Amino acid sequence: MSWMHSWRKRMNNSQNTFAMPPGSDIAWCPGCGNHMLLKAVKGALQELGIDRNKLVMVSGIGQAAKTPQYLDVNMFNGLHGRALPAAFGIRMANRDLTVVVESGDGDMYGEGGNHLLHAIRRNFDVTVIVHDNMVYGLTKGQASPTSQRCMKTPVQPRGVLLEPFNPLAFAISLDAPFVARAWTGDVEQAKQLIMEAIRFRGFSIVDVFQPCVVFNKLNTWKWFREHTCAVPEDHDPSDRQAAFRLALKEDKFPLGIFYRNERKRLYEDLAGNERGPLYARPAPGAEAVRRMIDSYR
Amino acid sequence: MHDSEDVCLVFEGAAGQGIQTVTGMLLPVMKDNGFHVFSCTEYMSRIRGGSNTTEVRITTRPRAAYRSGIDLLFAMSRNALDRLEGRIRPGTLVFADRENLGANWHGNFIDIPLKRLSSEAGGGIFADTVIASAALGLLGVDSGQFSAFLKKRFTGKGPEVVSGNNRAAELGYAFIAGLSPGISIELPPPMASGGGKRLLMDGTSALGIGAVLAGCNFISSYPMSPGTGLLTFLSSRADDFGVVADQAEDEIAAINAGLGAAYAGARAVVTTSGGGFDLMQEGVSLCGMIETPIVIHIGQRPGPATGLPTRTEQGDLRLALNAGHGDFARAIFAPGSTAEIIEAMQRAFNLADRFQIPVFMLTDQYLLDAVCTIEASAVQNMPLEISIIETPVDYRRFEFTDDGLSPRGVPGHGSGIVRVDSDEHDEHGLITESFEMRRKMVEKRLTRMQALREVALPPAQIGSVEDADTLLICWGSNRGVVEEALDILGSDRIAGLHFTQVYPLNPASFPLLDNRRIVVIENNATGQFADLLSHETGIPVDRRILKSTGEPFSVEDVMDALMEETHE
Repeated sequence: MSWMHSWRKRMNNSQNTFAMPPGSDIAWCPGCGNHMLLKAVKGALQELGIDRNKLVMVSGIGQAAKTPQYLDVNMFNGLHGRALPAAFGIRMANRDLTVVVESGDGDMYGEGGNHLLHAIRRNFDVTVIVHDNMVYGLTKGQASPTSQRCMKTPVQPRGVLLEPFNPLAFAISLDAPFVARAWTGDVEQAKQLIMEAIRFRGFSIVDVFQPCVVFNKLNTWKWFREHTCAVPEDHDPSDRQAAFRLALKEDKFPLGIFYRNERKRLYEDLAGNERGPLYARPAPGAEAVRRMIDSYR
Repeated sequence: MHDSEDVCLVFEGAAGQGIQTVTGMLLPVMKDNGFHVFSCTEYMSRIRGGSNTTEVRITTRPRAAYRSGIDLLFAMSRNALDRLEGRIRPGTLVFADRENLGANWHGNFIDIPLKRLSSEAGGGIFADTVIASAALGLLGVDSGQFSAFLKKRFTGKGPEVVSGNNRAAELGYAFIAGLSPGISIELPPPMASGGGKRLLMDGTSALGIGAVLAGCNFISSYPMSPGTGLLTFLSSRADDFGVVADQAEDEIAAINAGLGAAYAGARAVVTTSGGGFDLMQEGVSLCGMIETPIVIHIGQRPGPATGLPTRTEQGDLRLALNAGHGDFARAIFAPGSTAEIIEAMQRAFNLADRFQIPVFMLTDQYLLDAVCTIEASAVQNMPLEISIIETPVDYRRFEFTDDGLSPRGVPGHGSGIVRVDSDEHDEHGLITESFEMRRKMVEKRLTRMQALREVALPPAQIGSVEDADTLLICWGSNRGVVEEALDILGSDRIAGLHFTQVYPLNPASFPLLDNRRIVVIENNATGQFADLLSHETGIPVDRRILKSTGEPFSVEDVMDALMEETHE
């Protein structure tokens, strides 16, 4: 395949190592799942041979959102919850760019919930990686939208009263065309799923379970190991109803590709109007301007 | 008696009764006869019913202001007079369908049997044409000219529509011909010159044309009156001008998408009204931090909260001035006329690009909905300033420079890496907690204010400012009404200043204000610009003329206020 060839070719470019920028001071705690996820993302970018000049990583706010700081990439580190609108603007301004969003469960499912809903409906080409540790880390230990019921926190002293948000069921219900779950205990699988997601043309989301070793005493490395399983081998990812049933499983959370819809139309294709990156577009044509003004005569 | 060089017609009707269709016929016909026309609209926040009006002024010299006194009124809804009584004067001709008005009928009114005439023409849909032709008949416009206009307008809709409209026009003209000779509106003979060369344009279209001429190629917005028009304008011309137009899920998404697009090299705009802009404020703050250009249009309407959704006010200046936490540079334009909107929009994009800041365009419902004749030569096409560079391999997005402005690169153009961060960052755009870096970055973001002040548009002078001892100061949409009132007053003692750019102010213009009585007129409850002017210049404001009912100032309002000045 030609894209494979060109990616391999670009891989030879020594700049595309996605090495940490010089002088980086990693803000994550020792033992945090983010370290493993950074490794998985970096491995995926290297293995795909993506040209770093054609890649933009977009993030909101939170510990997960710092990931792009530690990869030598174009980066838009915007506001809490707003990664997806910014990613959409970037993608529409230059369709040559590969756009990857790094976000956490609070950023994407809490503050950014409405944007997630509508980004899935748009189905523009973007990969969303959600670091899901079921707790707020940066604000020191409050419940997140995916916190398990009854988990006690300083703000939820009687335990979390709300049902946890189910991101996979949500995404599949909206026909998000690529939905997967990984966990940081298996970096190789996480890397493979992220690669699949980036390759996928359309909205792809990978929810990644990861422990927060400081603030989440419930969902630990051990807990995740005991409460996850592989997506069954006979699961057909093109079967949306089967994918939805799989997403509702709560005794053990499956890991792998839940849902894949190759037939969904891409927003960019529907919108048309493709004339190259906006930064390179010429001034409006004199003839079209004249016609516009003449319509007011 | 009315002034024959300045005729004011008002068409009143319920929403859905088609008064816009009437003025849509009247305005181009009068324009083609060489007159200046101006039209403004006030309407209720409902889809059907109520009582809405459109005012049409036909003048021999350019006038762009709302007049309260009516010469000719067509009242089509039953309760029309409830809202219009104060605007009817001795000599006002009031046309109404007696059958429709019922108990509200007044002996001085002229009965126009609209229902009967339109059904004779072929049905209720022809009522608009009956009214338009009656108005044109009263104004002495040749029926043949109107018939030719109707043919041109409706040919695409088939011969039956053309003949129905022509029948309606004949009936309208015949009705006027049958009135007693005393009932007429005097106009000077048609002025052959000028009309064909002029454009008939509303404020929203001017905003859209300005955006297109400015090279705008990205809009993401959430509908909100009266700001929606720009989204509609650019969406409907997206293919002609290569514009990416998107209806966002909310205003927060709109401005964040705009900033994302601008980061990647778009010339981006968002449009909203005050309530929607409340939601965008975090984006303004982000814009300040990531030094990424964006133009923000706020079509003002009365607040707080939902306020009066379809009415007008200049109440969002303080909001635009203070939106977003933290200290950073910005600029605010408030054009005063249709032609000025086109120019200010281009300035806004160029300034946003050059200074890498948020630039605001403040308009309002009155200005956006107003239609007027402008000279085609007034559509100025300014050179585009686009300062995107091809990045070198060691590119630093926030490189320190003398003027605080770093060359702007975009991802995918050049060999450098382009990082922006809402966290405090270093020259590379990477997060930092260094106090020294913070100090330098704050300074970097503010240094440009100096240059921004120096290039700020000075106020336009109305009348002879040099000799005046009183200055009537306005901004935004009040330009037309102030110009007209000062023109009518004709006093050497009072002149006017109009600020098209309200922030920052150019210090070179401050001496103009020295040793004068300063009167500021604005369409809000507290005098938001008066406060800003005092704060920036250190010069106290002597009087504030304010109105916050949801209506624009009328020429009469300003005349009354000026009479007090001349008697003091």
